[in-house]
Amino acid sequence: MDLLEQISEQLISGEDEQVGKLTRQAIDQRLPAQDILDRGLIAGMNVVGARFKAHEIFLPEVLLAARAMYAGMDQLKPLLIEEGIPPIGKIVLGSVQGDLHDIGKNLVGIMLKGAGFEVIDLGNDVAPERFVDAAQKEGASVIGMSALLTTTMPMMKNVADLVKQRGLSGKVKTIVGGAPVSAEYAAEIGADAYGFDAANAVDRVKSLVNVA
Amino acid sequence: MQPLLERLAAGDVLVADGAMGTMLQAEGLEPGQCPESFNLTRPQVLLEIARQYLEAGADIIQTNTFGGSPARLAMHQLADRTDGINRAAVRAVCDAVGDRAYVSGSCGPSGRILKPYGDTDPQDLYAGFRRQIECLIDAGVDCVCVETMVDLNEATLAVKAAKDASPSIPVLATMTFDATPRGFYTIMGVSVEAAAGGLADAGADVVGSNCGNGIERMVEIAGQFHEHSRLPLIIQSNAGLPQMQDGKPVYRETPEFMADRARALIEVGVSIIGGCCGTTPQHIRALRRMVDASGRR
Repeated sequence: MDLLEQISEQLISGEDEQVGKLTRQAIDQRLPAQDILDRGLIAGMNVVGARFKAHEIFLPEVLLAARAMYAGMDQLKPLLIEEGIPPIGKIVLGSVQGDLHDIGKNLVGIMLKGAGFEVIDLGNDVAPERFVDAAQKEGASVIGMSALLTTTMPMMKNVADLVKQRGLSGKVKTIVGGAPVSAEYAAEIGADAYGFDAANAVDRVKSLVNVA
Repeated sequence: MQPLLERLAAGDVLVADGAMGTMLQAEGLEPGQCPESFNLTRPQVLLEIARQYLEAGADIIQTNTFGGSPARLAMHQLADRTDGINRAAVRAVCDAVGDRAYVSGSCGPSGRILKPYGDTDPQDLYAGFRRQIECLIDAGVDCVCVETMVDLNEATLAVKAAKDASPSIPVLATMTFDATPRGFYTIMGVSVEAAAGGLADAGADVVGSNCGNGIERMVEIAGQFHEHSRLPLIIQSNAGLPQMQDGKPVYRETPEFMADRARALIEVGVSIIGGCCGTTPQHIRALRRMVDASGRR
């Protein structure tokens, strides 16, 4: 097994110290940063995402894998910046105003980072203006919104409306998700996409930014 | 009133109440507002909700303390009001029902994730649950209901906190399962078998499931609990997953549909049947009629 496969394996097992150490080794061996990212960290998170989607693993394993991925990213980030390797896309993420649930949103954030996106996580209880302001300021092309409550879902429409009002339609796309949300609801409020779970959300975000 | 566990041991089937959140929304609970803040500001609303469920025929009425643990209240900067919030909720239900129904102290998840997956120490969670549950017991609940749990470790801490606070208080413990291609699991990966075993080991007197994906799935879950547990069982189903209609959430399962399917719960040996999200006093009334007709009340 080569070093990058080892990184991937250790990430899947949630061994954060090992992933940090092996990533350091890979950097010291002057392996290309893009390879370490794609064939090591992202490859591992892809497996984690697929297993979670298939209900072979559950939230605890995903959280441990995420921590391992961050340990690797901590080592790799300076090199990615130095080599000028951009993230595959930038997304602003948050639970909508009034909603304090963030497990689902965090999961989506983990999976997006694992797929190579830069994620600007605004946390929970995020007002519509904050979503759109952050997307404009950071130059993000996607806004991801989560709601776990039927009472807070309507806030998603406020965000989608605000994107249109500011003339950002097409430049900033919106994706929604969360237990009570459906594809029909996404269409009804004029959101660009709906992710029915974290792995699906990543696929949908990729197609929103035209990444295969 | 005959003690709750004696009635269950005698083979009686009891009806529990239905949803609280949707009832509070009808009374003006704003999105994002702490539902338990009503305990301090508008206790008369809680009294009225309890009265409606009592009138519908519920034998067990829950307090509005689902999010009453200090960790959960801290999300609304209300942790320092833990005692008052929990006590006020019990008082409201007691005032409404007297000794015509059992008062059940609701204790929901903390919203925190335990180490090593999250950042929370088990002893901190335990201490928080203990504080909440001591208030509930001291204020006069007849039982404690640890509910909507997805992490067995967290559920265990809450059950233990209740039993440590009072070894004689009946403890009901329910977890929320998703239907996966490989069977029913919580999002933290707890199977029905693991839940039944773990909750019993922690000291729960009644085990089961609440919330979920609708009554038909609940019948399957109840069957699995029956297979893996000797304790009395409790099932509190939601009225299906909400669907949107004209921008508003609608729970599709009607009182009649739910009561009809819930008959199967009695057949698999469930002792307490109630509602969760989307259920109303009408659902509880229909369940009451079904249980009465079964001759098992």
